[in-house]
Amino acid sequence: MSTKNWPLWEVFVRSKNGLEHRHCGSLHAADEEMALENARDVYTRRSEGVSIWVVESKHITASNPENNGEMFEPAQDKVYRHPTFYDLPDEVKHM
Amino acid sequence: MSEEQVKNLEEQFEARIARDEKIEPKDWMPEKYRKTHIRQMSQHAHSEIVGMLPEGNWITRAPSLRRKVALLAKVQDEAGHGLYLYSATETLGISREEMYEQLHTGKAKYSSIFNYPTITWADMGAIGWLVDGAAIINQVPLCNTSYGPYARAMIRVCKEESFHQRQGYEIMIKLANGTPEQKEMAQDALNRWWWPSLMMLGPTDAESIHTAQSMKWKLKRKSNDDLRQQFIDQTVPQAELIGLTIPDPDLKWNEERQSYDFGEIDWDEFWQVVKGHGPMNKERMKARVNAWENGAWVRDAAMAHAEKKQDRKEKKAV
Repeated sequence: MSTKNWPLWEVFVRSKNGLEHRHCGSLHAADEEMALENARDVYTRRSEGVSIWVVESKHITASNPENNGEMFEPAQDKVYRHPTFYDLPDEVKHM
Repeated sequence: MSEEQVKNLEEQFEARIARDEKIEPKDWMPEKYRKTHIRQMSQHAHSEIVGMLPEGNWITRAPSLRRKVALLAKVQDEAGHGLYLYSATETLGISREEMYEQLHTGKAKYSSIFNYPTITWADMGAIGWLVDGAAIINQVPLCNTSYGPYARAMIRVCKEESFHQRQGYEIMIKLANGTPEQKEMAQDALNRWWWPSLMMLGPTDAESIHTAQSMKWKLKRKSNDDLRQQFIDQTVPQAELIGLTIPDPDLKWNEERQSYDFGEIDWDEFWQVVKGHGPMNKERMKARVNAWENGAWVRDAAMAHAEKKQDRKEKKAV
């Protein structure tokens, strides 16, 4: 009987050059080579990609939604980071 | 957490869903939400995996290369759909092994339609046309469901599924326009798959225990009876178009409702199959368990190989 289970990998696919890799799901595989091959068969059966990244899930550090307040709220009151914060005379059409 | 705090969180949670916000894996969620989703999503994944068996039965006997590549691609898609759904379910904190265990011990269910045998080539046509047709009707609303990973998996699934139904209907067209024997074979397949396909859309609303809660969580957007009516209304003209007869003497267009009236469904049969007494329940489970157990040495060998490779890499680095 199996003693060790295949680890989980996250799959990122670039759909065409010029676009970023995008997370599209995960899968189990024994090693990185198999993860890449499985990712091709599971996530790009209809030419959805020109490049694949696989990362073992345990290597991803993620923010915790419970801390979203202190993590993301500081950006909310910094409206001066957006162009719409600044007043311009109506005559200036493009800036 | 105090009861009050949980209640508070639950209210916020329900409000988020009501606002059409998506729930993501690390968000707080009520235990019942998690459990219901694990149950439904894993059942859905199991159905894709077990669903490969009735069709796999005909791959080597497909009547032409065109039919063979199509069937092979369809079955491969089903494996893919099972995998998208398993990994989406894992985000809720259940492991792949636990899900397999639940399937193999009969604790988890899968769609009971796959407990019927595929005895002729026409069954490949009927399955694609009717079973995938009913599945699409069930699945399209799920692309909007509240749990992010499930909704994303369903978008992929739905995109890929429409070829499944077309390839099935094409098989039926060809047979229905063929020799009298071929046409008879198509009609026979329709006769056998029609009622189980209607049952596939679930028990009548009066009997469906999960509907109210599932509607609230957007796991369901239309009731089983509404989905069934939609399936019948869309399928009857497709049968007529190719000269096949729906095996229901009570089927009649209702001018007032602008819908078809249809005969009584044999729900006893449905519950018998759900409880494990369908024609192929034992066979399907045996095939799954064998595949899992006989594959154990391959999984172990792959793992051992991966570890050896890693060791070698580390030694080289020293």
